[in-house]
Amino acid sequence: MIDHHDTPRGLRLPRFGYAFNMTGRIGLAVILFWAVIAIIAPLITPYPPGEIVDWDYFGPVSKSYWMGTDYLGRDILSRVLMGARYTVGISLAGVTLACAGGIVFGMVAAVIGGWFDTILSRLLDAFNGIPSLLFGLVVVAAVGSSIPVLILTLAAIYLPGSYRFARALAVNVNTMDFVTVARARGEKTGYLIRAEILPNILGPVLADLGLRFVFIVLVLSGLSFLGIGVQPPHADWGGLVRENIEGLSLGAPAVIFPCIAIASLTISVNMFIDNLPKKIRDRSQ
Amino acid sequence: MLRSLTTWVLVGQRLGIALITLVIVSFAVFFATEMLPGDVAEILLGQAATPEAVAGLREAMGLNEPAFSRFLGWLGGLATGDMGRSYVNDIEVVDLLGRRLGNSLRLAAVVTMICVPFALTCGIAAAMWQGSLLDRAVSILTISVISVPEFMVATLAVLIFAVWLGWLPALSYGADATSFVALIKAYAMPVITLTCVVSAQMIRMTRAAVIETINTPYVEMALLKGASRRRMVLRHALPNALGPIANAVALSLSYLVGGVIIVETVFNYPGVAKLMVDAVATRDLPLIQSCAMVFCVSYLSLITLADVIATLSNPRLRQ
Repeated sequence: MIDHHDTPRGLRLPRFGYAFNMTGRIGLAVILFWAVIAIIAPLITPYPPGEIVDWDYFGPVSKSYWMGTDYLGRDILSRVLMGARYTVGISLAGVTLACAGGIVFGMVAAVIGGWFDTILSRLLDAFNGIPSLLFGLVVVAAVGSSIPVLILTLAAIYLPGSYRFARALAVNVNTMDFVTVARARGEKTGYLIRAEILPNILGPVLADLGLRFVFIVLVLSGLSFLGIGVQPPHADWGGLVRENIEGLSLGAPAVIFPCIAIASLTISVNMFIDNLPKKIRDRSQ
Repeated sequence: MLRSLTTWVLVGQRLGIALITLVIVSFAVFFATEMLPGDVAEILLGQAATPEAVAGLREAMGLNEPAFSRFLGWLGGLATGDMGRSYVNDIEVVDLLGRRLGNSLRLAAVVTMICVPFALTCGIAAAMWQGSLLDRAVSILTISVISVPEFMVATLAVLIFAVWLGWLPALSYGADATSFVALIKAYAMPVITLTCVVSAQMIRMTRAAVIETINTPYVEMALLKGASRRRMVLRHALPNALGPIANAVALSLSYLVGGVIIVETVFNYPGVAKLMVDAVATRDLPLIQSCAMVFCVSYLSLITLADVIATLSNPRLRQ
């Protein structure tokens, strides 16, 4: 349900006629690859991801098990493919909530200004003073771990940063003549943020969304690695590393492949964002 | 260097904001852990407890008082060093924490001592020869380290140093480190991992700070009058970049707080973070709250320090 967001965002950009360089294209290709995997994972897993298929634990890479087997003898390839659902899906839902909230609050604060802006900014700045992983630990300790809790926690962690960024951009646009004109015309706040501010901050804000997606993937993996993220029998990529960490001293592929999956996703998002055309990425407007 | 009154007002303001932030943060920590579903008294007594026993314990623990007055009591306790008793093993939290805090601080101190000189050298060198092979290699390496989770850096360190090279023991912390070599070996892996994570941030920020100074007209002037590249950076740019660099150092050290949580868990290092992760597993609330506050205070002081340095070193505010 939440996995669809990535594809339109990735596909929409080229349709506007922006040119990407090689690094950006590779990044985009890897992102699309994982997005597709996340959607079609159950159809292409060679074995049921929860089933013990091999008597040998921490099995090596072989013809029948392309990424080896895990600590119970389950097929790692199947588990990594299914893990894409959790990692990409939860992160995407989290980042969408965080950025949507941050952008709306940021624009409203910039347009209304005054005490509303001051109080909201101070309050959200205060929440920026909590280290992200710690915030997750405390909340999950209190409420217990489930996927909706994880999504909301991740969104709450990254909303202040997104707010700060969107507000800074919106404050600049807010002083432009066309906004003053619209205001003199008697337009309402809702119209101002929708029709005047949003279109002018959209590019940088989307680039920021990409970077925040990386942070969220990292924190989610960290939480799962600590054992308070996605709960067994399901596992996202961070959870797969945790499950198989015992195999590390054997150099088991069961630890290495989930790590590679995380790295490939985060590095390619970074590569893609870094190589976005200046028009989209430019943050100084 | 004289500071004007405005500078001190700004610094005072920043400290005030930090204090308010701390109160809000402690408020959040307290209510996140205190408002949880499930009664603490019931959890403590187990399923077989009679309702009377639970009611008695609630009374004894003061759980019937309003949450806000308990919050004030808790805050007052924190300020005077009384952090309550651990639910799980009934030891004063202060004692548990005190023992572990030393270990964590030692780890942080060692990492800082290695990290700062290393990262500053790399960052300044990368900025000095901007666009060179060295600069690009450093950029790619730091981006890679930043884009992957901390536990992956740890995993990689174990694979390289323990599995392939066989120099260090994997995933074990020898508390019985008798000889100097054994001590080094026990510390090496956590220190290597944390150093990588923190240096990557520090190198990037230092490089950015130096490059920003290099791009100013007066540094260009130095180059035009015939100063060498090295002299231009070290004599003309660096003194003015010191403030931003110090700011970058303090900011990147705040990454220690997140990094240490993962690293202590991976390597079974007996620090505050491991204590907290274990407390989360057993839902030991007073312990979780106190550990969380230790982390928040260290994080907040580092980012406040970074801001204060930035204010103090701003030449525009100088008298």
